[in-house]
Amino acid sequence: MASQDFVWMIGGPQGSGVDSAANIFARACCYGGLHVYGEREYHSNIKGLHSYFHMRISKREVRSRVDFVNLLCTFDAESVVRHVWDVAPKGGIICDEAILNTKIMNIPTLPPPFLAEFQKTAEKKEVEARTVSDLLKDAERTNVRIYAVPYMELLKDIAKQIDEERLSKLTRMINVLSLGISFGLLDFDKAMVKKAVSMVFAKKPRIIVMNMLALDKAYEYVEQEFGGDFGYKLETVQTDEKRILVSGFEAVALGKLLGGCRVQTYYPITPAADESVYLEANEIFDLVQGTSGEEKEGSIVVMQTEDEIAAINMASGAALAGARTATSTSGPGFSLMVEGLGWAGMNEVPVVINYYQRGAPSTGLPTRHGQDDLKFAIHASHGEFPRIVLASGDTEECFYDAIRAFNYAEKYQMPVIHLIDKAIANSTRSCKIFDTSRAKIDRGQLRFQWEKTDRYKRFEFTESGISPRIPLGTPNAVFWNTGNEHDEFGHTSEEPLNRTRMMEKRMRKLELVDREIPIEERVSFFGAPEASVTIVSWGSPKGAILDAMKRLSQEGWKVNFLQIRMVHPFPKEHVSEVLNRAGKRIDVEMNYSGQLASIIREQTGVVMDNYVLKYSGLPMSSDEVYNAIKLILQEKAPKRQVLPHGS
Amino acid sequence: MALKMTDYRTKVFVDWCPGCGDYGILAALQMTLAELQLPHYKVAVFSGIGCHAKMPHFINAYGIHTLHGRTLPFAIGAKLANPELEVIAVGGDGDGLGIGVGHFVNTGRRNIDITYLIHDNGVYGLTKGQASPTLKLGLQTKSLPKPNINDGINPIALALTSGYTFIARGYAYDVRHLKEMIKKGMQHRGLALIVVLQPCPTYNDINTKEWYSGEDRMDPATGKAVSRLYKLEETGYDPVVRGPEEEMSKIVSAFERAREWGDRIPIGVFYQNETLPTYEDRISKRIPHYGQKPPAKQKICKDDGAPTANLAALLEELIVT
Repeated sequence: MASQDFVWMIGGPQGSGVDSAANIFARACCYGGLHVYGEREYHSNIKGLHSYFHMRISKREVRSRVDFVNLLCTFDAESVVRHVWDVAPKGGIICDEAILNTKIMNIPTLPPPFLAEFQKTAEKKEVEARTVSDLLKDAERTNVRIYAVPYMELLKDIAKQIDEERLSKLTRMINVLSLGISFGLLDFDKAMVKKAVSMVFAKKPRIIVMNMLALDKAYEYVEQEFGGDFGYKLETVQTDEKRILVSGFEAVALGKLLGGCRVQTYYPITPAADESVYLEANEIFDLVQGTSGEEKEGSIVVMQTEDEIAAINMASGAALAGARTATSTSGPGFSLMVEGLGWAGMNEVPVVINYYQRGAPSTGLPTRHGQDDLKFAIHASHGEFPRIVLASGDTEECFYDAIRAFNYAEKYQMPVIHLIDKAIANSTRSCKIFDTSRAKIDRGQLRFQWEKTDRYKRFEFTESGISPRIPLGTPNAVFWNTGNEHDEFGHTSEEPLNRTRMMEKRMRKLELVDREIPIEERVSFFGAPEASVTIVSWGSPKGAILDAMKRLSQEGWKVNFLQIRMVHPFPKEHVSEVLNRAGKRIDVEMNYSGQLASIIREQTGVVMDNYVLKYSGLPMSSDEVYNAIKLILQEKAPKRQVLPHGS
Repeated sequence: MALKMTDYRTKVFVDWCPGCGDYGILAALQMTLAELQLPHYKVAVFSGIGCHAKMPHFINAYGIHTLHGRTLPFAIGAKLANPELEVIAVGGDGDGLGIGVGHFVNTGRRNIDITYLIHDNGVYGLTKGQASPTLKLGLQTKSLPKPNINDGINPIALALTSGYTFIARGYAYDVRHLKEMIKKGMQHRGLALIVVLQPCPTYNDINTKEWYSGEDRMDPATGKAVSRLYKLEETGYDPVVRGPEEEMSKIVSAFERAREWGDRIPIGVFYQNETLPTYEDRISKRIPHYGQKPPAKQKICKDDGAPTANLAALLEELIVT
């Protein structure tokens, strides 16, 4: 357990303010110079079912969740029951005094599979727990401190101060009240918390006033009732680094704006829709001054379509007109897009698809995490055509990859799929402010004029396979597109010779991608060149792997890590070289069959020695990755380890 | 030099069946383009999949032959990115009213300034004559093993309830009249639909050219066939909505005319309403510079590739130290 880290978890029914409390908590910690990594878990439900935020706080940068909680802050009985055993010794639990006598079996939102598992664990732990109070008493035996707070009474006191007696208005403050209790116990600088409250509710002045009172009340209550009781303190630190607190979907959206995306189409789906909503809210944005004459503002048109079929095809239409265009979706939506993807491939349309993965198949786990769609993203559609598939490993990569995706799409004239995991999309993380000066736009062979005397050929045979591209509406030229096999002008042609050449022209572009894009943009390598084990992974496990590696190396183990960021075309020569000089090779990913490992085998012939997989719907924690890798290092591990953790 | 109809032809061999109604539709569209003197490069013709879908290849303008039923999303995407384009979407009855009917209805919600032509022949020609969504209940065209068990969609009525602001019907063999319909549709400010009745000489042996022209119905007085088609404009019918108070009554009378079939089939303009904001107007209300700088016309980078977007204000909201 990384002792410098502190984990705060907040849980309650959906719609009760878990998110805003977590947002305030994270901001306040950041204002205090601390780093945070917050992971959001929720049901496919609007109101009432359990949700929580797992927030890891540290003086150094954090990038994954861990298995323990130091302070559990709850609004309801269910949150206590679900997470009580996650609380580490010497930790604390904040709960509503009113739920102490709630009978566990009577909590209506706890589903039978959970209760069955709960009873089994209780028996193993020899806990006889009928009520919440029984559970908490047992927790006290492991040195966990219990802070039962009379939420309603405190709220009524506040109500008197502001002359507000409507219960519904009051209960909305439970989140900030319990947040205040948390910070009070942690003896955290109240000014930071107040600043965070003011920012989060900037547009609702009355809410700010009420919540400030709730905060004061909470600090006061802690002082009177639990003064100095809790073993942990959160101290602020000084930092000169310019940091942002950002979610994965915001990082993608910002990257897209900077990368020149000017049309976005989408159909609402979790967890992709947040990005489109953010873009629409910011549809007009500033331009760098002195660049385009007198213009001060740019804009993006965000179109909510009738379905994902319309979304991908509308995106292709806009891309043909010359705008950088993207569509954002998740697995079920991408399934519907597949025919349109093939058309874009056949017609060499530079369209970008930001693909937010979630637990699958079918509707699967609509709000939960998974990396089930790697092979689907690479192979979707009938027939063969070139595409690029990128996979971001964290929030920062989301930003830079979102920009790159457009450059690749236009330069190589093919669809680009940018894979993002739910665990990144919905995580909030503090990191160094994005370096916008690094961004470059490369539109490849796009021209806005056609002056040549010879007739324009959209699909002209060239050595590289890339033909000059013009947008619809360009004077002195016209072109045709068709999903049918076509000639250089874009007219249907079933002639065998033309077909063969056209296939080769299109597919050749993939070889060009493979040759031209530097390996640093396609993989990342961490750790010493020589190691006893080499981990290979893609996407969101990156953070957990890096955090686990740090602990392992502190213990003297030699571990390195190859992260694949361009999964298609696969950087096979490089991967082959790295893996052929590796010791033990471990595949780490979040699906059942080890899809990346199977691609590695297909592309390089290398067979992975060990598999660390997880498909429970919850992201990997660095603790469980650490344990799994350590077992492999100690030669005690089975070939295939399936990680179970998560509540 | 003035553009002629023949200037809008390509050298691609036109491979429709002899006698196909598509020839008339193609000619009417080319005549319209010439009459409006539209430069080739300003026109983009989109099509779906089926016999109709070959049409862009025969027209000397930007031509995008898309997927089955997906003409409209592609066309809308292009228009949205560059509203200066003259966008014409062409679809079939199976294409636009079967597999693509969701787009048909939802496009009505947008009143985007494009023109949509549906080739309506009651059959899926390219797959050898299955019943299309407009074939009436109980009809058994040539290649159907059994009479049609589904009833037909009424595209005019569906367009009325979906929000189309220009709705007309033409006939593939009355090219001049059809040209007028297409021209009016293209000049209309907003979403225009023109349904074209089009005999399929190969697979629809019921709604034939002879059937439309009423060769089974001789006028004993003149000895001439009495056409089943009549022109709305010749009956004094007024399709134009001039203010919100007229909207309902015009929709109702258009709906009544849309229901007519069999012995009297109206062609002409059923409904036109230019009093409503287009989709482009709605975007401009939110993004005032949309008209001058639509997505496709925005400069996204400097010559050295540096992006023009300035994220400082957006990042400021996220800054925490």
